[in-house]
Amino acid sequence: MSKMVEVDNVSMMFNLHSERIDNIKEYIIRLLKKELFFKEFWALRNISFQIDKGDSLGIIGLNGSGKSTLLKVVAGILKPTLGEVVSHGNVAPLIELGAGFDADLSARENIFLNGAILGYSREYMEEKFEEIVSFAELEEFIDVPIKNYSSGMTARLGFAIATMNVPDILIVDEVLSVGDHKFQEKSFARMKTILDSGTTLLFVSHSIEQVKKMCNKALWLENGQMKMFGDTNIVCDAYSNH
Amino acid sequence: MKQRFFEHIGTFVKYQNLLQELVIRDIKVRYRKSVLGVLWTVLNPLLMMIVITIVFSTLFKQSIPNFPIYFLTGSLIFSFNSEATTNALYSIIGNAPLIKKVYIPKYLFPLSKTVSSLVNMGFSLIAMFMVMIVTKAPFYSTIMLLPIPIAYVFIFSTGMGLTLSAVTVFFRDIAHFYGVFILAWTYFTPIFYPVSILPETALGVMKLNPMYHYINYFRDLILYGRFPGLKENFLCAVISLISLTIGITVFYRKQDKFVLFI
Repeated sequence: MSKMVEVDNVSMMFNLHSERIDNIKEYIIRLLKKELFFKEFWALRNISFQIDKGDSLGIIGLNGSGKSTLLKVVAGILKPTLGEVVSHGNVAPLIELGAGFDADLSARENIFLNGAILGYSREYMEEKFEEIVSFAELEEFIDVPIKNYSSGMTARLGFAIATMNVPDILIVDEVLSVGDHKFQEKSFARMKTILDSGTTLLFVSHSIEQVKKMCNKALWLENGQMKMFGDTNIVCDAYSNH
Repeated sequence: MKQRFFEHIGTFVKYQNLLQELVIRDIKVRYRKSVLGVLWTVLNPLLMMIVITIVFSTLFKQSIPNFPIYFLTGSLIFSFNSEATTNALYSIIGNAPLIKKVYIPKYLFPLSKTVSSLVNMGFSLIAMFMVMIVTKAPFYSTIMLLPIPIAYVFIFSTGMGLTLSAVTVFFRDIAHFYGVFILAWTYFTPIFYPVSILPETALGVMKLNPMYHYINYFRDLILYGRFPGLKENFLCAVISLISLTIGITVFYRKQDKFVLFI
């Protein structure tokens, strides 16, 4: 089995004050008061694990336990304060559907823009265009600016674009609950097809059932630390009984 | 080191399509819902030229023979830089939602702004050629060399844009200050006045203004039909490269922290 994602002793520190210091006056005041790097917050501490090709990893834990931070570190959005993440293959992040949509542009234009953000060429997107539109069920509204879309419509379009390709590594953050019941089933089926073709999945969900259904491994995070890592059923049961 | 370099080239090629899409988006969004659309890129400098010509041309009649072209050559180059850098300044903070959700090489945002300003500049050149025809200005063969000063300014603006976009993430004050700075810079650049009205000391200081050199270069090609010497070329190239080097260094060092501050 070839390793797809190697997370090696990763820790992520946020500076809780940094949020507010964005002007020079504040900066100097805090510098004089020596408060500049005062309040540290470790969202992740010493996380290490590996997942192989074809594995699907469910990440579970309470709110604020560092699940999304971990996904962002693996996706390359955040650079870990300590440690290293190596991923082999192209990563498709579904951290938030429709990130990068421009509200003023039509769905047609946004498909190409979003495709480019995910790193696909224009020719490739043209090839897949029909498929995306029909999956998102937006044939009638394709030339309407996104700002006039309902949130469900936007999410459907985002999901269709992000999953039209079979990536090596797919990172999913609670996005399977988009759209109505019918679309949820459809998107769930799409995820299954992607998984069956050998994609490695990292999946965050509060639904233990979903994790059990989709994943073969699970990681339980508590306050940014690894509580348990291993077979889905064992970890999930331990988490439920906790 | 060598491998790192090739990796960089690789991602650059991979994301070239995104750069293109970002530029197209910029241009589309800017002129969305305006009746005349992209025509404004031509109309804008024309109208500006008419206003400035009415106000200032009698004042400088002696020293500037073809005032409309004198003004246009200066203002096209200057507004290319000011537009590119001002837009680049907001490019990182403006794309915060995207940067927080997807991994993208971040330099693409400021770069896309300078590239779309370059496209704009291309359209504005049409306005200048039109005025040249109307005012019966001579077309020198040196006009073929126009891409050279434009390339210098493009590199200069890209460097400035990278620096500004990175620094603004940490100090938002820059955004407010930069507007004033650009205004002061406009007056301190010979766009609508001849350099000859400046006193000796001011002229010395003027030589530190990069835009002064670029605009002179541009005017030499269009207005006076002469090719600037080796010295001017060397000077312009060095200024541009210094700006680019600073830009890349600052941006590269700070880019991993952006996501924590936006």
